[in-house]
Amino acid sequence: MSTQLQSREPLIFELSKPGRGAGTQFPPAAAGTASIPAHLRRTTPPALPQVSELQAVRHYTRLSQMNFSIDTHFYPLGSCTMKYNPKACNSYAMLPEFLGRHPLGPAPQGFLACMYELQEMLQEITGMQAVSLTPMAGAQGEFAGVAMIRAYHRARNDVARTEIIVPQAAHGTNPATATMCGYSVKEIPCDENGNVDLDALKEAVSPATAAIMLTNPSTLGVFEQKIVEIARIIHDAGGLLYYDGANLNAILGKVRPGDMGFDVIHMNLHKTFSTPHGGGGPGSGAVGVGARLRPFLPLPIVGKDGAGYRYLTEKDLPQSIGRLSGFMGNAGVNLRAYIYMRLLGREGMVRVAEFAALNANYLMKRLQALGFEAAYPQRRASHEFIITLKQEHKDFNVSAMDVAKRLLDYGFHAPTTYFPLLVPECLLIEPTETEAKEDLDRFCDALGDIRSEMQHDPEKLTTAPHTMPVRRLDDVRAAKQLDLAWKPAMNDRPT
Amino acid sequence: MAFIPHTPDDISAMLKVVGARSIDDLFDEIPSALRAGTLALPAPLSEMEIGRLMAQRAAQDGRPLNFIGAGAYEHHIPAPVWAITTRGEFYSAYTPYQAEASQGTLQLIYEYQSMMCALTGMEVSNASLYDGASALAEACLMAVRANRSSTARRILLPRAVNTTYAQVAAAICGNQDITFQSVDYDRASGRTLLEALVPYRGQDFTALVLQQPNFFGSLEEVDALTDWAHQNNIMIIAVVNPTSLALLKAPGEWGSSVEGKQGADIVCGEGQALGVPLASGGPYFGFMATRMQYVRQMPGRIVGRTLDADGRPGFSLTLQAREQHIRRSKATSNICTNQGLMVTAATIYMSLLGPQGLTAVAQVSMQRTADLIAAAARIAGVKRAFNGAHFHEAVLLLDRPAAQVLANMAHQGILGGLDLSERYPELGHALLVCATETKLAADIEAYVAALGGAMNATRAAA
Amino acid sequence: MENIPSELRYTKSHEWVRQVQNGGVEVGITDHAQGALGDLVFVEVPDVGRALKAGEACAVVESVKAASDVYSPIGGKVTENNAALATQPELLNQDPYGAGWLFRLDAAGADVSKLMNAGAYAAFLAEEAK
Repeated sequence: MSTQLQSREPLIFELSKPGRGAGTQFPPAAAGTASIPAHLRRTTPPALPQVSELQAVRHYTRLSQMNFSIDTHFYPLGSCTMKYNPKACNSYAMLPEFLGRHPLGPAPQGFLACMYELQEMLQEITGMQAVSLTPMAGAQGEFAGVAMIRAYHRARNDVARTEIIVPQAAHGTNPATATMCGYSVKEIPCDENGNVDLDALKEAVSPATAAIMLTNPSTLGVFEQKIVEIARIIHDAGGLLYYDGANLNAILGKVRPGDMGFDVIHMNLHKTFSTPHGGGGPGSGAVGVGARLRPFLPLPIVGKDGAGYRYLTEKDLPQSIGRLSGFMGNAGVNLRAYIYMRLLGREGMVRVAEFAALNANYLMKRLQALGFEAAYPQRRASHEFIITLKQEHKDFNVSAMDVAKRLLDYGFHAPTTYFPLLVPECLLIEPTETEAKEDLDRFCDALGDIRSEMQHDPEKLTTAPHTMPVRRLDDVRAAKQLDLAWKPAMNDRPT
Repeated sequence: MAFIPHTPDDISAMLKVVGARSIDDLFDEIPSALRAGTLALPAPLSEMEIGRLMAQRAAQDGRPLNFIGAGAYEHHIPAPVWAITTRGEFYSAYTPYQAEASQGTLQLIYEYQSMMCALTGMEVSNASLYDGASALAEACLMAVRANRSSTARRILLPRAVNTTYAQVAAAICGNQDITFQSVDYDRASGRTLLEALVPYRGQDFTALVLQQPNFFGSLEEVDALTDWAHQNNIMIIAVVNPTSLALLKAPGEWGSSVEGKQGADIVCGEGQALGVPLASGGPYFGFMATRMQYVRQMPGRIVGRTLDADGRPGFSLTLQAREQHIRRSKATSNICTNQGLMVTAATIYMSLLGPQGLTAVAQVSMQRTADLIAAAARIAGVKRAFNGAHFHEAVLLLDRPAAQVLANMAHQGILGGLDLSERYPELGHALLVCATETKLAADIEAYVAALGGAMNATRAAA
Repeated sequence: MENIPSELRYTKSHEWVRQVQNGGVEVGITDHAQGALGDLVFVEVPDVGRALKAGEACAVVESVKAASDVYSPIGGKVTENNAALATQPELLNQDPYGAGWLFRLDAAGADVSKLMNAGAYAAFLAEEAK
């Protein structure tokens, strides 16, 4: 039974009427004559909506009711780690003293104490020597990691290293990041067990190898069992190991990337450390490094000395790869991650991976029992696993996309579809540790019903969803007939 | 157990289905030599305990009266903005990849894109980038992709552009052989003069970055500079303050119309002033807008309006294939995410203020700063650095080191501005000061009194 | 069953070449390519007058799934391009070897015999499918 969603809502511009406004929000007038020179002045006011406060409140509240969210629906999106976002993290991060503080004033000791301790906790969890909280998203964290690798080789005059090795199953940002840093990408395949093909790796490694970018567990949802050997092969060739921390939720407290031989790791605080996904951000892509890369960390990082906490600058880290944000990254996101980690503590942190793994393995077994095919049935699921619908696609002509859309009618957000690209018609399923057994069982029941529909009533799937605010959307039309902004007609401009 | 709902019965029932004896078995594929020992982390805290700790830390930071701008601006944020933005349906929703289940977020982003087009006078906006500084870096990469008549990968970057933004652009673009040519500012006016660009006439540059108002708060002569750039086949990257756009000419209208085209080519900036709190430095959001002809070179997500299977309107992410194409192009970007939550706040903010409200905020902020500067300049040893028009920031020159004056003012609970001596040592003792509509007349008086007192105290101590 | 006209020449990146009168050639992408891309939403063709080298990326075809570069099979100067694709990219899906042509080159002296013939391209596709 799905949660009833709000149905369609006009655009805010369609509610707008000239002369309306939320008057109490306008500042008290200031007497004076400060003005803009005529030739630099705007001639007509901008075409923003003119609505009352109630109209705005009602409109955006109703829009919120057209969304699926973790607060309202089970959201097993593989590789996204859609765990519960504790409300306390938000309330305490929004205390007025933190919220009202300008970043360029004297170093705020309370806030910086939280940031310093967060750096320390992340170091401990990952087995790294130093952490920078400044990258604002996973992709920026990746960029910082690869840029540091480049800076390291350059500092040693090792300029022949022009290649980065990336497994075929890697997320698309990995090769893009390598290219952004001036490297060319060498792809290597995985074997039938989902592990990196060691022979292919040995062939790919050369004096031109700067680094390998890996995720462990991999994007295929399985633990890279030969990781120690991979590390040795790369290090022996003079390269470095980069860890994509997207799947950290699977190994928190069980394995530390530093112990596996990684030289640099980026973490997705918005995944593993439960900061809000917010409809597409903000994230936080903190990076951790071993001793080799420490001098190159992006700035600012938080330091502590006799006088208290302060931001370290170019004077402290002259070899830093530089700054990646206007200030210090997504401060408020980092603060939420800090609060989350203090709530979990030592014992709670270890339980994350345990129950993420329990939920994932339970789901995988139950779905297999229902007749679904796991991509790597002989492996343990990590915190996620892949179901492939290639047989169902052949037998019933339904696709992974059709199943995803039909799940929406049953009140579940679909798993990740078509990633990794290596597995045809796949669903990447990650329940996370905060889901109760009954919710997992309900999800299995829904997929069981959908399986039955595949055989007896496939059109229910191919034309799904049926109960959402909109039916399936025409994305060919969206890309061909670009309608990317509402524009006022000439006679609607505000005067 | 924090946020873990499993009872012992749940655990044993589930292990039975999995066919494992214990949870530990689930990790049997991990070589035992790699298994971590006990983590050296603090013990767990209850919500009450972490609440106490955070209250203590917040009290340490206190609530000084803020007169710093420099790229992050304190404005009143209407109560509904965060009441609605922190609703679970917005706060805990994911990127809207399953469009039918995300129409709320998608429609909101479409409205946001429309509002940014209205403010900037441009044809298309993306769904946001990380922040203003990285948005400038992305704009530079985009200009290299889009400017067909340039191969040099060189960008003219005035010193009057936020120096942190320049650092970030260098850090992000530097590994792709993109270089930046610095252009000095006029000491009397704080502006970038045409004369400073003339030496580069006829040379191959991909773009000219123009910040309006510039970092000093001064208003640049955007028309003349835009025309010069376009005459030389150089794209204009405008870096603008969204509040100021209620009063200032939109970048889409800068310069003269040449062959039917007018205005900046790429517009970017920091959106924080639109309903996002200062929050000790972030999260903020970057915005970017451009001409329709360049839409396929623009990074970031974009929402489009289309029809569903019943022929009714709906919204979805679109042009996603171009993101992957941009990742392989001659100036690569790897950006994936946007700042969804901040965009939600900004859209609600802009709806609540509307054109009249935003104009009032801009007007009152400008007036407050004018009042503050006029009063401060009457203090002995304090004067305005630059002549000419400015928006809601300006530079004061002092005859005492700014750092000492600011330290003294901070003791009185006032953050008096940004010391410019590291960024612009040639200015001597200089302070960048900002007063927004949040500062009432009494606050301005308090500032002036504190500044006067600090000047005296540091003079006496010397 | 792939549609691979016997009179054309082909590249490994799925472009086709047709020799026309006056020593010029016409270039497009194959039926296999358009099928793999899906419904095209945008096509960008090279400007008339542009000089291309063999293997140079000169056009873009974009569907909802992917955006791909098109590479010039031989060197030459662009004499015409298919302006209709700007408003009707679907022409390329419907008729990849006819109305969906991309551009024409004056290819004085360029040697198309080095490119694959229809049989070789069919074999190449069969290998790729494995």
